[in-house]
Amino acid sequence: MDLNYNLPPMQVKGLGSWFGDNVVHENLNFHVNSGEILGLVGGSGSGKTVLMNTLLGLKEADAGDVYYFGQNRAELSENDRQSLRNQMGVLFQAGALFSSMTVRQNIMVPLREHTNLPLPLMSEIADMKIHMVGLPAFAATLYPSDLSGGMKKRAGLARALALDPKLLFLDEPTAGLDPIGASAFDTLILEMRDAMDLTVLMITHDLDTLFTVCDRVGVLVDKHIAIADSLPNVMQYPHPWVQEYFSGPRARAAQQAGAR
Amino acid sequence: MSELTNTDSSASADFSLLVDGLTLKVTAIGDWSLATIATNHDRLVAALDSLEYENVDYDFDGVTNLDTAGAYILAKAIRSTPDVCFPYELRTQSRGHQVLMREAADATIGRPAIRNRQWFDILVRMGKATEHFFAEVFDTLAFLGRFVTALFRQLLTPHTIRWKSVVAHIEDVGLNAAPIIMTLSFFVGAVIAYMGANLLASLGFQVYMVDLIGFAVLREFAVIITAILLAGRSDSAFTAQIGSMKMRQEIDAMEIIGLDRFEALVVPRALACMLSAPILTFLAMISGMAGGLIVAWTILEGISPTLFLARLQAVVEPSHFWVGMVKAPVFGLVIAIIGCRQGLAVTGSVESLGSRTTKSVVQAIFAIIFLDAMFAIMFYQMGV
Repeated sequence: MDLNYNLPPMQVKGLGSWFGDNVVHENLNFHVNSGEILGLVGGSGSGKTVLMNTLLGLKEADAGDVYYFGQNRAELSENDRQSLRNQMGVLFQAGALFSSMTVRQNIMVPLREHTNLPLPLMSEIADMKIHMVGLPAFAATLYPSDLSGGMKKRAGLARALALDPKLLFLDEPTAGLDPIGASAFDTLILEMRDAMDLTVLMITHDLDTLFTVCDRVGVLVDKHIAIADSLPNVMQYPHPWVQEYFSGPRARAAQQAGAR
Repeated sequence: MSELTNTDSSASADFSLLVDGLTLKVTAIGDWSLATIATNHDRLVAALDSLEYENVDYDFDGVTNLDTAGAYILAKAIRSTPDVCFPYELRTQSRGHQVLMREAADATIGRPAIRNRQWFDILVRMGKATEHFFAEVFDTLAFLGRFVTALFRQLLTPHTIRWKSVVAHIEDVGLNAAPIIMTLSFFVGAVIAYMGANLLASLGFQVYMVDLIGFAVLREFAVIITAILLAGRSDSAFTAQIGSMKMRQEIDAMEIIGLDRFEALVVPRALACMLSAPILTFLAMISGMAGGLIVAWTILEGISPTLFLARLQAVVEPSHFWVGMVKAPVFGLVIAIIGCRQGLAVTGSVESLGSRTTKSVVQAIFAIIFLDAMFAIMFYQMGV
């Protein structure tokens, strides 16, 4: 299988998902351009997590197709799907670090599984990832239960980046972080994108993140992506939910901070 | 796409090293990524070790693909001492390469030293294990003390005891455990009958097996089997229940709301165990002796039930029964205390829940057998 890296890393066409009579998505279309950071917003219960799981392949799409680098995932063999998965890194909301392993061992899991490097070299590469995400060197031997929320996110990011993926999924990367930690994490995401040539899709409710990090913002409302465009254009969009979302006092404050 | 798992493509990455004075010129070409570095790494490190230089001059014009792992390996050429880090220069078309190499250089320099094993590590471990053992004993006794104060505080105002919870735990600890304990005890009684029959038949005193079954089941086996079953069944359940509550911060929430963790969690469980254990022990005694009786009657064909019971009544004094019964609530208490203490000692990780549950069962069985030995010495001194 050849992935064409010139095509959009991800393209969603006519996606639908439902649980029984409860339709979550209907005719949902959007794409992510190479090298961009796309933020995804939507109200609670609008199906962001379901969409994320469908995109990741944790859940099969009930209708429609998801294309990665021009390949329809539904048509790929199991082997090709695995090599596709190796091009995707995921940071789950709570980090989802394996609690019985140290941070270093966590990062080594994908390396052990998908490369045949000698162990000492793997652990050195893991240490480099730890350094890259801004964790102190001693964090390598700590267990997830010893880490603070922000460190867990960074360690989770290091594991997501272990195989140098092309595509990075972030589920609420700054949720539960204090404003300083959140803005440091925003900077980190930008740095990683530049250093590793990443394409990023992030679900976020952090308005500061939307204003400072995202190149485009997609709005999941009424069971589909109503608009995916640069933030000023999205804010002009006349849907009542979008207007309420971006005209609240928090949004105004974030906008002023982002403009500075 | 498939190159990630393809290891034969290592030929697609190569390098050349050229020393010019104090400067090393590293020319890298091809694909320097996770898939290709395995073979190049050893070659590069070996070549670097034999060279004398200070500064590094990289030429990445021929590099088609570079990822963090590739950058990391190439950055190993950069020399540093604790005081000085020698500079490097990089010629490349890509800004991404610049950023990657900067990160990689930082990472290679800041690498922590690998700790070697020492010959005295085993002594250190033994020392730590010993210290840990006494610390656990101390903590368990302290926990017992806090439990006793909580229990007596509640006994002075009995309506504060959570009787509903006590009864619910008795159902789980006592009633639900009765069938398995009686079955096991039945088999143990049968085994004793067989052993006694073989041994005593050679002497011609086959009827003495009744004495043996009575003594063994009443004094030791019934209560020990009950206690060990409770340790495996209820003690582990207590640790897991309380431990997962601890992990989800429910215990902290209880503390804030003003629920005493001893009153709400430990006292009901301990009372349930102390009340259930004697009843279960009594049931185990009955079924253990029934096992012996049936083996003696049907299989060995020497001793009828009438003879068995008459002999039992004649030789086995009630004190043997009481020796068994009096140990039961003590064992029940110990099991509940150890189970609850280990549960409350669980920290945030799944790992600690598992290890605390294991520890809880091991400690409970250890404590039961240790206390049983203490009881044996005590009863011997008392002449019962």
